[in-house]
Amino acid sequence: MTAIARPQRPALPLPAVVAASVAAWLAAWLVEAPAAGWLAFDVLRLERGSHFGEATAFFLEDLPKVLLLLVGVVTVVTVIRGFFPPERVRPMLAGRGLLPGTFAAAGLGTVTPFCSCSAVPLFIGFVEAGVPLGVTLAFLISSPMVNEVALVLLWGLFGPGIALAYMAAGLTIAILGGLVIGRLRLERYVESYVWEIKPLAAPALDIRLTWAERLETAWAYTRDLVRKLLPYLVAGIAIGAAIHGYAPTDLVAGVGGRSNLLAVPLVVVLAVPMYSNAAGTIPIVQALLGKGMPLGTTLAFMMAVTAISLPELVILRRVLRPQLLAVFVGIVATGIVAIGYLFNIVA
Amino acid sequence: MRTIEVLGSGCPNCRRLEANAREAAAMAGVEADVKHVTDSREIVARGVLSTPGLVIDGRVVSTGRVPSAGDIAVWLSEG
Repeated sequence: MTAIARPQRPALPLPAVVAASVAAWLAAWLVEAPAAGWLAFDVLRLERGSHFGEATAFFLEDLPKVLLLLVGVVTVVTVIRGFFPPERVRPMLAGRGLLPGTFAAAGLGTVTPFCSCSAVPLFIGFVEAGVPLGVTLAFLISSPMVNEVALVLLWGLFGPGIALAYMAAGLTIAILGGLVIGRLRLERYVESYVWEIKPLAAPALDIRLTWAERLETAWAYTRDLVRKLLPYLVAGIAIGAAIHGYAPTDLVAGVGGRSNLLAVPLVVVLAVPMYSNAAGTIPIVQALLGKGMPLGTTLAFMMAVTAISLPELVILRRVLRPQLLAVFVGIVATGIVAIGYLFNIVA
Repeated sequence: MRTIEVLGSGCPNCRRLEANAREAAAMAGVEADVKHVTDSREIVARGVLSTPGLVIDGRVVSTGRVPSAGDIAVWLSEG
């Protein structure tokens, strides 16, 4: 067989491509804020201090900032996540007891790449390898909810406090959910075919990737994500800019405000039919916080969108019987509501 | 005749991988039977937990990502 040409490979050596990309990113990061001011006030000749001028400058500064953060962070993080595929995480969780296993699952869930379309094979694969049910569900709660993309975007846009609060809340819910479900011994409510699969029919997979493959995969993922998010980001930042330039209108405050005690459970219920990954909720979060919704209510909304969405429940129904699915939703929703109240009281 | 199996639930990435696999077979000039495996039990039985997975002649060559047609063509010619 003759060698096949690889048209997809860049002609330049990999280190040169990486170095050039990093340099371009840093240059753009340093230039974008002054460039936005120059564009708004010198080129477009908007008036400094006017509502419209300030709003436009804010939009021109914030959009490239968020895009740069997204591209940079998602690429780096996806490369790191590539070292923790579920195939490699499974043996780390199989031999542990309930308590250390649940903590490890919640933690590893944050670095393992997750796609809800993989949830069923992942569940079956974990359970048949001897990972306890509670530990497996702790992983399935933490993986979509707490991820580095959400963490870094929250950090970049709202500061470290909100980012760390979100992470701590997500880990707490995953650990408590896993422990409670593990204690309740609900194994009989897993669809019986899951237990009938021959344990470990296949040898553990360990596929080695080259750095070129890792970087290409990460870059392709980032491009996809940014393309999908772009319209929501533009809309979210435009709303943020309008609020920044004009007087903050308390539109949300009536329904979502601190005075309405039902606001937290309400946003959790509203979030169930919505489906998005954590990064996709950021523009909404920005808009809600800007409109005066309290932190706990906003974080509850973000966690509910990522952790209990209708499409994901439909997928999980293939392995969990309705009783167990109801317990799963009940525990996660209760945890999110409790965390929401807690942050509203403390913050 | 080679067998190429795409393991996945029919998500967009799985369909993209299937298209790449067909293109790769044409690039490498090999005759290949491209199948789409959607049964979760069978996916797990191959040791794959993150979809899409790619299997060439019974060997798992990739999981959880979409390799390019060029990459798949190289695997086809190496095998």
